[in-house]
This record gives sequence, structure tokens and C-alpha cells, in this order.
Amino acid sequence: MSLLCTEGLSKHFAGLSAVAEVDFDLPEGQVRALIGPNGAGKTTLVGMICGRLRADAGRVVFDGRDVTGMAAHRRIRRGMAYTFQITSVFGRLPVHENVALAARRRLAGPQVDAAVREALDRVGLTEDPDRPAGDLSYGHQRLLELAMGLVQAPRLLILDEPTQGLSDSEIARFTGLVRALAGQVTVLLIEHNMHVVMQVADAVTVMNQGAILAEGTPAEIHDNPAVQAAYLGTN
Amino acid sequence: MEIGPYIMLASLEGAVTAAVLALTACGLSLVFGVMRVVNIAHGEFFMLGAVIAWWVAQGIAGHPALGFAAALVVAPVVVGAVAVAADVTILRHLDYDPERTIVATIGLLYIIQQLTLMTYGPEARPVQAPFSTRIALPWLEHGPEGWQVIWPWGLGTTTYKLAVIGAAVAVLLGVWALMARTRIGLLMRATQMDREMALAFAIPVERVYALVFGLGAGLAALAAVLIVPIQQAHYLMGGDPLLLSFVVVIIGGLGSLPGTVLAAVLIGLSDGIISVFFSPTLAKILATLLVGLVLVFRPQGLFGVRAP
Amino acid sequence: MSRRARILALHGGLLAVLFAAQFVLPAYHHGNLARIMVLASYALGYNLLFGYTGLLSLGHALFFAAGMYGMALSMQHLEAAPAPALLAGLAAGIAVSALLGLLALRTAGVAFMIVTLMFAQAGHLTILYFGEWTRGDEGFVIAATRRVLWGIDLADPVSRYFAAWGLFAVCLLSTLWLVRRPFGKVLIAIRENEERVRMLGYDPFLHKLGALVVSGTMSAAAGAVYGLLFGYAGATFASVQYSIFPLLWVLLGGAGTVLGPFVGTLFMFYLIDLASGVTTAYMLIAGVVLVALTLFAPQGLMGEVRRRLWGWLP
Repeated sequence: MSLLCTEGLSKHFAGLSAVAEVDFDLPEGQVRALIGPNGAGKTTLVGMICGRLRADAGRVVFDGRDVTGMAAHRRIRRGMAYTFQITSVFGRLPVHENVALAARRRLAGPQVDAAVREALDRVGLTEDPDRPAGDLSYGHQRLLELAMGLVQAPRLLILDEPTQGLSDSEIARFTGLVRALAGQVTVLLIEHNMHVVMQVADAVTVMNQGAILAEGTPAEIHDNPAVQAAYLGTN
Repeated sequence: MEIGPYIMLASLEGAVTAAVLALTACGLSLVFGVMRVVNIAHGEFFMLGAVIAWWVAQGIAGHPALGFAAALVVAPVVVGAVAVAADVTILRHLDYDPERTIVATIGLLYIIQQLTLMTYGPEARPVQAPFSTRIALPWLEHGPEGWQVIWPWGLGTTTYKLAVIGAAVAVLLGVWALMARTRIGLLMRATQMDREMALAFAIPVERVYALVFGLGAGLAALAAVLIVPIQQAHYLMGGDPLLLSFVVVIIGGLGSLPGTVLAAVLIGLSDGIISVFFSPTLAKILATLLVGLVLVFRPQGLFGVRAP
Repeated sequence: MSRRARILALHGGLLAVLFAAQFVLPAYHHGNLARIMVLASYALGYNLLFGYTGLLSLGHALFFAAGMYGMALSMQHLEAAPAPALLAGLAAGIAVSALLGLLALRTAGVAFMIVTLMFAQAGHLTILYFGEWTRGDEGFVIAATRRVLWGIDLADPVSRYFAAWGLFAVCLLSTLWLVRRPFGKVLIAIRENEERVRMLGYDPFLHKLGALVVSGTMSAAAGAVYGLLFGYAGATFASVQYSIFPLLWVLLGGAGTVLGPFVGTLFMFYLIDLASGVTTAYMLIAGVVLVALTLFAPQGLMGEVRRRLWGWLP
């Protein structure tokens, strides 16, 4: 049973085709990695899925319902969570409040505090939750983004390059976290770090020049000559 | 007077309004276009131009044309210098942050206006026109003996009003030439298009900004000197030109000079004609609502093209 | 003391001091303070939108005037009693702010400022245009004999002071309550990063509309009460100047602080009061303060207090 699928999804920017006729299918419970060279259209595709960008053509179906014309916040309310590629936390608000804002959409009262603490624990940000989020290091802000995503208890968690700027130990923690989510939450992960992809993904989709180039298990993708060509730029 | 000659008279008066408005609005548009600064104090630069014109004309003896000619030079230069000073001491230190500069220019508005009240006083004072010969205008009427030329009483204009229109056209052409044909115009356009890129190409962006702010204010002051023989100089006279300039700049498309001039002609002419039929207050209500609604529903202006 | 206790002590303390001041102040300052409390309520309304939601309106005089004229016109022309007249003022405030919000909130930033400025200007001109009913700039007086609410004579300085205090207390406490509610916290988050709020599943438009209507209604309440307590309605209260005043008060006192609006109104009122004794050009002070604040102290007085002393200040 697929949680998310797109049909013929396309987007142009100033006449250039960024994403062209993409049919994408994501079964419930899967951890899917979306990879591809820079400019392949990954963030654009994900932007159309979660509603940050309006599609020029095609449709997005989430949980059996056409959400193509739906505003971003409504899609989020239906169970998507999105973490930004460029960290976009509330810099002047306390760390705790950042996560609480995300939690309060579905919880109220003392439940919020408990959920916030749990989410911060899971990503390993336990130190001084009262300081402004802007004071955190870049890597910690990424972890905070992740906590804001987790605390929403989403059905589909979209992570846009979550390990960028993390240290090795933080990456190890992240992969452990995503693996623990496997089966409970459907995850769509844009990722450059192939090591992370190999460790956490059930399946991999490769994009190149706005289209899907290949799909398969991590091992299949690893051995796919077309994928290697795309990455090496020899096609 | 019948309706036909009446409308012709209104259009002539409207053309004078349009000419002065085009100059004032061009200044506002230039500042917004290049610096992305909405200058709420623009009307006060206009007022300051008129007041300085009165002072200069007052101080120079002899034929009124002498004083007027001096004012034509002195007022825009002094007002431009005031604006440059404001840019350097205030706007630059706000990093041209759009919202904070608006608040600062509101402060500037009160400072200029109230200082004028303290020094120049609350009176309205006229400046004599350098020349002002009355020209009667003919009108065609279909009488019992076929078409005939008549000279309706009250239908006419003055040489000075025609000169105002001519001067405005000349100055606007000058501004266009400055922007399109000179190196400094090129620098302005480059800064307008991409501030960061301009900085990277070592364009002295700060100096360009100061110049543009001074130039914008100078244009308003020049417009005021031209109009002050027809109206009078008063410390509260800046409100209407500010409002009308906003109308013109927003309807013409923010930052677009040709759109601004086109809109100025349209608004100036229709203002003259509308006030024949409606009260000026109603005309102003319609104008302000129009600006608001254009910004809400067509932010690129009525004549602008939507950015891709 | 816990954070919550400190907040209650501080704000409750201010209200208690203001309540008690009534018994010690000389008549002149007593009258001034009544006026300041009503105007500070207006500033509190403005602060909700500007300080907490991050929307800089240049047209709040429209709401103040909607309240004032909603109240005054229904007393003048419909022979309404003060209580229904106040309700009419509030209703006018709600209607006008909802309508303005539906239009103006389609824009953001500088365009929002200009749109609010223009619509408020249109409102001011409309009041002038219907001079037959509103008496334009000259305005009209509401006779003292008619300003009796539930048997309380509002023209009497003592009851006027209590009425002003009551309005201020309601506005202050509801602001305090609102900004600590989830709704208020979403407003603050919108101020900080609207796109992120949307991607957390909140509808920014609805929240901003809510903020604008609450802000406009509070401003209208202040306008209605001002007209009723001081017995006068005039077009000046709808002019640009009365849109700039709350911005000035809030900037001076500290945008996004609950106490800021009162502190700013208090200081500015006395500053202008002093200046107008010296010169007719007293608005010069307003101009200088505006420029100085944007240049040197964008946080305002209470913002500085929060930054340096009391980080817990709401």
C-alpha cells in the first residue's frame, strides 16, 4: 500500500525544466533515499510533494487523497513533516520552544513538555533547552530540525540533507535514529552521504536532470552502471 | 461655460499637474527602484523646495525672473544636499532595511516639517512667476451659420503654465539620458539590478545610494519650485504630492520610470477632469483606494508585467 | 520566585500602582494619566500586531477611529445609550479590521505598510467627506449629561480615571494571557520565521488575520472609550498622525513586550506635553525620537530591560 505517489509531476523555472513528468511511488513504512547529482531536481520534487512549490503539471497523492492543490500547511496537518535543507529554526526562540511549537499542533498541556523532552532526548540535544536556538552550532541546529520533525509524529518524514554539517558521531547517532524509525514512520531522505544511504535506506531512487534514472535496493543502485555514469558525468 | 471648453480647461490644468507630478514621482520611483527605500519624507523634500524658493526669491532684488532663476538652481541643490546628509547619517546606518528605513523617513518627515514650521512659520507665501502672459484659447461652436470660432470667457492659460510643462518634459528627458546614456546611470542601473553583484564589481554602492537619494529629493524640490508661482509655499504642502506620487509610482509599477511618467500623465489629467465632476475629497478617496487595491491585487502596477 | 509568579507580580503591581495613583496625584496629572491609560490600551492593541506578530501597520488610526465613530455616531444620530454605543464601536472595529485583514494580508513587508497607510487614509478622507454627519475636522462633542453608563457619570474625573484603568487592565491582562497561549506563541513564531511556521502545519494567514482582528478590536475599544470618556470625536483621530503615534509609543517602550506600550505612551505623552509648552512644532520631538530609536535602540526601553536585566519579561 503506497503512502505517497506522484504522477507526471513537472516544474519549470524560467523555461528550464527542473522536474519533468516524475512518477514516484513510496510504500508505507519504507525508508527511501532520494539521491542524485546537484541540480538533479531532488529538492524541487520534494518541494512539490510537501507543497512549498506549486506543480506546473501532474499530481501528488498522499494517503489515498489527491493533495496537488492543497496548501502546504494542510498537507503537513495530514501527516507530512518537512525538515529544511538550509536550517530554518527559530533562532531567537529557546530550543525547547522550537520543538514545542512543532508539538503543540497535535498536543496540549503537559503532554507537550513530555513530547519535547523525548524528542530532544532522541536526537541527543539534552543540554540547556532554554538557550536561543540560534546559539547552537550548525550541526546541533540540524539535530534540532530533526527533533522538530520527529515530535510531530508524522506518517511521512521528509528529510532534506539531514547529515550535512554533522560530525561523524552525530551521523552515527542519526543513522541509528532513522533505523529505529524504520517500520513505524515512512521516511523520504534526500542524502549525499552514500554511506548513510547504504546503512538506512530500504530502497533508493536516483534522479538525474529532472527525471528518475533508476530505482532499486541500495545494493542494486550501487552496482548500476547508469547511476555511476550519472555521478561521474559521463552520460 | 459649456462642458466642452470646460473639459479642455480642466485638461490644460491637468497637464500642469501631470508635469509637476511626473517630476516628483520620478524622484520617488528612482529612490525606490535603485535603493528599495520607500521614502515617506519625499513630500517634505518637495515642500522644502518651495519654501527655499520663496526665501531665495525674497532675497534677490530686481526682476522677479532673477530670483526665480536663482531658486531653480539653489532649491534643488540645497534639498539634494539635505537628502544626501540624511542618507549618510541615517539610512546608511540602517543598512537600508526596508521596514526600518520607512520608520526613519517618517521621523524625517516630522523633523523637516516641524523645523520649517519653527523657522518659516505657518503662513502660505507666494513666489512671483518670472513671466505670466495670459493666452486666451479658441473653441469651435456649431451655430446657426455653421461652425465658427468663439473665444469662451475663462478659457485660457498662461505662458508660465506652458513653460512648466515644457520644463518638466526637458528635465524628464534629462533624467532618462542620465540613466540610459551616462556612466553614472549605468552604475545606478547595475546597483538597482543586483546590489551584491554591484558590490562585487567594486561599484561604490554607498556613493551611488547617496547620489540617488539626493537626486530623487532634488527632483521633488525642482517640481516644487516650478509649481510655487501657481500655488503657494506652506509647511504642510508636502502631503498631497506624497500621496499622488505614491499613487503614480504604484500604479506605474514600482521602480519603472516609463511606467511612472505614463501614470503621472494619466493621474494628472484625470485629476483635473475628475475634480470637475466630483469633490476633491472624493477624488482622493478613490485614488487612495486604488493604490491599496493595486498593491493587493496587482503588485506589479497596472502597466507592469508580472515577473516570471 | 517562579517565572510565572514574577510576571504576575510585575504586571499586577503596575495595575495596583496605577489604581492607587488616583488617590495621590494632583488633578492635572490625574487627568493626563487617565488619557495615557486609554492611549496605552491603543498601543497594546498595536503591539500585538507589530511587536508580537511582526506586521508593521501604518494604518491603525483606522481602527481607533472606527471604534470612536462607531460609538459617537450611534450616540449622536441614533440616540444610543453609552453601553450599546460602545458595543457598536467594538463591532465597527471588528468589521473594519477583518475587512482590512482579508485585503492587506495578501501582501507582506513594505507593501503591507503602504496598503494599511492607504486604506487608513481613505478612511480618514471618508470621515471628512461625510462632514454633514461627522462634522469633519471640527468634530462634535458628546454632551456630559449623556455620558452616564450604568449610573456612573463618566464625565466626572474620578469615575473617568477608573474607567480608563479598567480598560487598560483588561487590555494588559488579555495581552499577557494571549501571548502565553499557544495562539500567541504561533504569532511570535510567525514574526521570527513565517515559512517555518507554515511547514509546521499552521496556517499563517489565519493566525495573522486573528492577530489583526484582536489588535484592531483592542484599538477600536480604546478609540470608543476615549471618545466616551472625553466626550469628543474628531477626524484628527483618524489621521496619519494617529497611526504613527502607536508605532512611536511601542517602539519607544519596546515592541514585543507587554509593558512596553504603557511605558512608551507615558514617556512620549509627557515629552510632547512639555514640548508643546515651548513650541507649536512639538511633533519635532516625535520625529527625532523615531529616528533616534531606529538608529540606536530598536529594542526600545523594555526591550533593553529584557536584554540586560530581566530575560523572563514577556
